[in-house]
Order: sequence, then C-alpha cells, then structure tokens
Amino acid sequence: MSSPDLIKLIFGRLTLESLPLHEPIVVGTFAVVATGGLALFGALTYFRLWGYLWREWFTTVDHKRIGIMYMILGIVMLLRGFADAIMMRAQQAIAFGGSEGYLNAHHYDQIFTAHGVIMIFFVAMPLVTGLMNYVVPLQIGARDVSFPFLNNFSFWMTVGGAVLVMASLFIGEFARTGWLAYPPLSNIGYSPDVGVDYYIWGLQVAGVGTTLSGINLICTIVKLRAPGMTMMRMPVFTWTSLCTNVLIVASFPVLTVVLALLSLDRYVGTNFFTNDFGGSPMMYVNLIWIWGHPEVYILVLPAFGIFSEVTSTFSGKRLFGYTSMVYATVVITILSYLVWLHHFFTMGSGASVNSFFGITTMIISIPTGAKMFNWLFTMYRGRIRFELPMMWTLAFMFTFVIGGMTGVLLAVPPADFVLHNSLFLIAHFHNVIIGGVVFGAFAGIVYWFPKAFGFRLDPFWGRVSFWCWVTGFFFAFMPLYVLGLMGVTRRLRVFDDPSLQIWFIVAGFGAALIFVGIMAMLVQFAVSILRREQLRDVTGDPWNARTLEWATSSPPPDYNFAFTPVVHDNDAWWDMKRRGYQRPLTGFKPIHMPSNTGTGIILAGLATAMAFGLIWYMWWLAAVSFIALLVVAIGHTFNYHRDFDIPADQIVRTEDARTNLLAGAK
Amino acid sequence: MTISVKPQQTGEPLFYLADEHPHPEGWSTSLGFWIYLMSDCLVFAILFATYGVLGANYAAGPAPKDLFDLNLVAINTSMLLLSSITYGFAMLTMQQGRVGATQAWLAITGLFGLAFIGIELTEFAHMIHEGATPQRSAFLSSFFTLVGTHGLHVSFGLVWLVTLMTQVWRFGLIEANQRRLMCLSMFWHFLDVVWIGVFTFVYLMGMLR
Repeated sequence: MSSPDLIKLIFGRLTLESLPLHEPIVVGTFAVVATGGLALFGALTYFRLWGYLWREWFTTVDHKRIGIMYMILGIVMLLRGFADAIMMRAQQAIAFGGSEGYLNAHHYDQIFTAHGVIMIFFVAMPLVTGLMNYVVPLQIGARDVSFPFLNNFSFWMTVGGAVLVMASLFIGEFARTGWLAYPPLSNIGYSPDVGVDYYIWGLQVAGVGTTLSGINLICTIVKLRAPGMTMMRMPVFTWTSLCTNVLIVASFPVLTVVLALLSLDRYVGTNFFTNDFGGSPMMYVNLIWIWGHPEVYILVLPAFGIFSEVTSTFSGKRLFGYTSMVYATVVITILSYLVWLHHFFTMGSGASVNSFFGITTMIISIPTGAKMFNWLFTMYRGRIRFELPMMWTLAFMFTFVIGGMTGVLLAVPPADFVLHNSLFLIAHFHNVIIGGVVFGAFAGIVYWFPKAFGFRLDPFWGRVSFWCWVTGFFFAFMPLYVLGLMGVTRRLRVFDDPSLQIWFIVAGFGAALIFVGIMAMLVQFAVSILRREQLRDVTGDPWNARTLEWATSSPPPDYNFAFTPVVHDNDAWWDMKRRGYQRPLTGFKPIHMPSNTGTGIILAGLATAMAFGLIWYMWWLAAVSFIALLVVAIGHTFNYHRDFDIPADQIVRTEDARTNLLAGAK
Repeated sequence: MTISVKPQQTGEPLFYLADEHPHPEGWSTSLGFWIYLMSDCLVFAILFATYGVLGANYAAGPAPKDLFDLNLVAINTSMLLLSSITYGFAMLTMQQGRVGATQAWLAITGLFGLAFIGIELTEFAHMIHEGATPQRSAFLSSFFTLVGTHGLHVSFGLVWLVTLMTQVWRFGLIEANQRRLMCLSMFWHFLDVVWIGVFTFVYLMGMLR
C-alpha cells in the first residue's frame, strides 16, 4: 500500500489543511485556550489532584456532585457561547458602509451556528439538568437518584458532546448552517465538510445522555419520594422537573431519529431530505421542530419551578394557587407538542393548518399567564426580602412578560409571514430564554449555592452582575425588535443601509454590559470563596425556606438524610419547623449507598472517540471504539456488587459534627 | 435576618422513619425500563411517520409490489412470533427455578431470532441485487431504515440474550438475573409488537398499493 493511501486509512479526511491555521482569530483563541489548559493541567499535576478528582468527582455516582459538575460545564460553556455572541455583535456593529467587518463569511457562519448550539445544548441544558440533579432528590427526601451509575454516564455523555463541539473550533470546522442544520444546506452536496458531522455527532452523543437522565429523574420522582409526599404534596420545582423530564423522554428520541436520518443522507446517500428521488427537506423541518418546540419548555419549566420556590420563600408565604400551578405546568407540557408548526408558518401548509397551530400557540399563554398571576398573588401581602434570588425572579417576571407578548404576536400567522426569520424573532426568543431560563438558572444558583457549599454567594458582586445583566439585556435586544420590524433578517454579516447602524451599536453596547455581568459573576464566585468564613451558614437553612432540601446540613452528607423524612404538608420543612421538629441525635443505622465507578466516563470517552472517527471517516477508530464500547458495557453488567453500607459509626460522627456546629451557631 | 419560627406544641407528629428499610435492589428498574421502551417506541413512531410520508415516493423506481415476497415475509414473521412464544416459556420455567429448561428455551428463542435476521438479510441482499438500494428512492430509504432499525434492535437483543445466558450459566437464576431476563423479555415482546406494525403497514398495505 502506498503511503498516501495509508495516511488516508489512518487519518481519514483529516489533513494538516483541516487545521484552521489561516484564521488568525482561531489561532489566537487556540493559543489562549492551550496556555490556559496547560496551566490547569500543570497545576492539577503539581498539586497531585488527579487522583482526588478521579476518585471523588469523575467516578462519583452522588447526584449532588454530578449536579455540581453539570453546573460547571454549563458555566464554562457559557463563556464560549458568549464569546461567539459578542463577536457577532461586534461584526454587525461595524460591517456598514462597504466595510466587511472583521469576520469572513466562512467563520461568521460557524459562529452563529455554534452560538445557538452551545447556548441551548451545552449551557441551558446542563444548567437546568444540574439544578434538577442536585435539588430534586433532596426535595423529595431521597438518598440518590433511581439509577446512580446511569446518572454519571449521562453527565459524561453530555461532556462528550461538548468536547466534540469544542474540538471543531481547532480541528476542522463547525457547521455553517444555523443551529438546526436545515437540509438541503446541511446535506452532503452543500456542506461536504466535517462541520455538519461535528454538529450531528456532538448532539447524538449528548442526546443519549439527556434521554437517559430524563428516564432517571422520572423514576426518581415517581419511585423514591419520602413517605407522605403524595403527588400533590411535591414541591413545585419537583413537579416542573417531572414534566420537563417527561418532555425530554418524549422528544429527544425524535431528535435522535431526525439526526440519524440526516446522517444516513450524508454518509450512505439515502434520500430522506434531498430535493430529488422523492426526498422532502420539509420533513426534516417538521421533525426537528417536533423535538425543538418541547425543548424550549424543557428549559423553561424548571425555571418556572425555581421562581415558584424563590417567590414563596422570600415572600414568607405558602405559594398561591399550588394546584393551579401544577395543572398549568401539566397543560403546558401537553400543549408544547401541539404548536411545532408555528416555527414555519411560511412553509405554506395553508390557512387551516396555520390557524390551528396559531391558536394552540396562543392558548399556551393562558397557563403561563396563570402562573404569572400566582407568583404575583404569592408576593401580595407577603413580607418580601429582596435577596438576589428574589431580584432575579422579579427581573424574570418583568422581562418574560414582554417576551411572552411578542411571542403571542408572532403566533398570528399573517404577522409571522412578515416577521419570520427577522431580528424580531431573534429578539423574542432571547427575551424568553434569557429572561426565563438564564435568569431562572441564576436565581437557582444563588438560591441553592449555600446548600451545596455551606456558604452564600457574595451579595455585592451578585448585584453588580444582576444590574449589568438586566440592563445589558434590554440594551442588547430591544434594538433587535426595532430592526426586525424594519425588515432586517437574521444571520446577516454585512449591511448596506447606514441608518440601521446605530441600532446595532446600541445592541453591541448591551452585549458589552452583559459581558461585565458575566465577569462580575465570576468575580462573585471568587470573592465568595475567599470570604467564605464571613458568608458561612451552619444552619443548613439560610433563607428560612420551606422545602425538604433545607432540612439537612449544608453541604448535605453523602446520604442526604440520616433518617428518611416523613412528609405531612406541601411545604414539608416549614411544617416541620412550625411544629417543633427535633433533629434526631441517636439511633443511627448503617445506610445502603451505591459505589463509585469509572465505567461511565470510560463509556462516554469511547462514544466520543467513535463519534470523532465517524466525523473524520477514520473508520478503524469508529469500529475499534464501538467494539470497545460493547465490551466495556457488557463487562460492566458482570459486576453484581455495586453498593456498600456506610457504617453507623461514620454516620454518628457526621451527625455529631453537625450537632456541634448547630450548637455553636446558637 | 432569619425569622425564627415559633414551635407550636400540638403533639409532635412523626417526622422521620426511625426504623427504615432501604428500597429493594431494582426497585425502579421495571418502571425505568418501561419508560425507556416508550422512548424507543417513539423512535419507531417517527420512522413509521417518515415511511408514511415518503413511502409512496418511488422516484420512478421499484414499488412494493415489484419487491416484496409475501411468502418470505410470512415465514419471517412466524420466526419472530414463535421466538416470542419460546421466550414466554423461558420466563415460565424461570419462575419455576429450572435453570436448564430456561437456558434451553432462551437458546431456542435465540435461534428463531437468528433465523429472522438471516431471512431479513437475504431479503435485503436480494433487493439490493435487483437495484432496489436505499439510495434509489425516498420510499426505499425509509423502507430500509424502518425495517433495518427493527433488525438492528433484534440483533442487539441477540447480543443481550447471549450475555444473559452466560450470566445465568455462571451465577444461576439469582434475583438480579431474573430481573434482567424480565427486561429482555419486555424488549423482545416490544420488538414483536413493532414488527406486527411493520408487517401490516409496510408489507401488507404495500402490496395493496
């Protein structure tokens, strides 16, 4: 065999030309990332932390640690996704009057695709999943999730997907198709490079993790609730998590299939979404939105749950309209499947189909509005404490209502024909996703941070971040509504009309404010860690909160609760406090817990390697990884001893330490 | 700043379980497996829907009538249905704790499954030989994908079956193995149900078109 053939056999279509050495921006980014990565690697090696990380974190099956790792993943990826955002804003602010800006089309198209993909799949999803993972078992008085090993595996699959998307920045390129990769553009004829393949396999690997974590959390909520916690006594966050995970299980398989069909078109040459031989590109658009619309509710429902917990805690009142809140959540869950076509009214399916989907879309605003009123009535006559979680909640209520109203506007098919794919749409969905999901995640982070680490986040830097984010949001997106109404479409790189420039400059200023907000948040984390002794909370209940997670210590012990709690009321912990609950001090018994395992990270690593092989046509790598995947997975099933008992004396030591802390605090 | 809550002495109710028993191993497994099956069902639902939309787009190529051999499909269907019956016998003998009989029925199930896959591959090879490749038309793309995905599931089930037979052979019909056999049983019957859909909507109704 000649050597070019051999090289092709080993490296597939990966050549030196695939490295984006001709893009100075990418090379510079790579230099920074590589330096940072090497520094981190060196520090971990120098301080001999690899063993600790492997034993205590990477292989952990503890839902709390997995939750924290999800949050770290989400925040790291937020930095990447935001870097893309600010590059787009800068490009659009200067590309006027014959200027081409500073990004070429090849690079710019990758940036807007990567921004959408990363923000949805690798920022919003990990933040939401992380919070659910951390909080749900504690809220229902469980020791862990139903399938702890699967939980670890799910997390590492999500990381695998993120790694693939990040790798595309430096090895090859990412898709240039927009975040949903519509064919025929995404088909092999128009996107012959690896970009779309990175997109497909990144999402497939992460999607497996998401689906399994959905199954896991449904089982956890259905099967592991503490005695006495009937469905209608579950905290609202647990309810919204349940609905979100039902949506995940009932929608992610659709994404898996539609991406699999697209990859068949690309790899095998089938004709699902082609223009000839009977294929139909609109099939793809329909199918991907059958996943895509529930997806936005997957993200926002847990945020609604967070706002419910926060509003009732910081108003010092029981949540107004608990039952209606639950039913509103369930109704939204069901309706989210009946609206997908409003994403492409312009497909031309005719007046009756469009009116049906327009009406179902408008109907969704009814349960959402009911929720909004419930929060307002919870605050009414409450003793409101304007702590950071409550501030994020108020900002959400203000912002989200605007976003919701522009959404109802877009639900009117004739209006949508004018506004379809315009910046008005961009402004609308950023309005609901930032105002709903991102603010919700931030409220959740500041609310539950003291639970996870035993100290609060610094309020000063939190407020700096808050005001920069909120004002930055309005500066960044209100101009886009205006531009959209003037007819500017999305994903444009250069502009002719100089009168538009001022709006883009204002939007760029808003993005800069958000940048300060993100930086302030990082400073907030650093300052809080440095000042942790002043911010310490030993009670485990710093906000005088109402649900079970606050009944245990902060951070909670591995086993969460020394004794499984018994629930008598909606706000279980409030009820316990009100009725003079005494923490048990004796009678501890050994607790049965799952053992850590490295299988999850190994399997996810092999899946990622297989995906990399498929992306670059390195068939040997894909085949070897696939076989290894099977062998490791089957090998794992031969291990029947996956749990152990925490001995009673260890529990006594942990609980005594807490008793001393509580005594010291009084 | 924390507002302390005044305890009301109303006779303290039970707030925790002093004497608790952990959930038995596998407490959530069957629910979890059911939910997984429903997600897999959705995978097939989408493939059926795709076939429903694209299944008549022959692109001037061969149509079902030119390709399908109902006699072969009937034999194939009976292989799969019989394998479901024999799996049922395996579960019955498992409940009686008869290791040998369980293994024998599982082996027979596997042979039927293997026969099913063999016949399906023969059918595919024949079609491809005639020029009816997955690339030929959207009808054939969706046909091969729907039927092939089912076939892949059955093949995966066979790997799983061999794994479980090894585990029963090494560790006996312990509780964990019984639970695993139960999951595979659900999986196997689920594939049977999906096949009835394929048989009806793809083959029988295809011949009517």
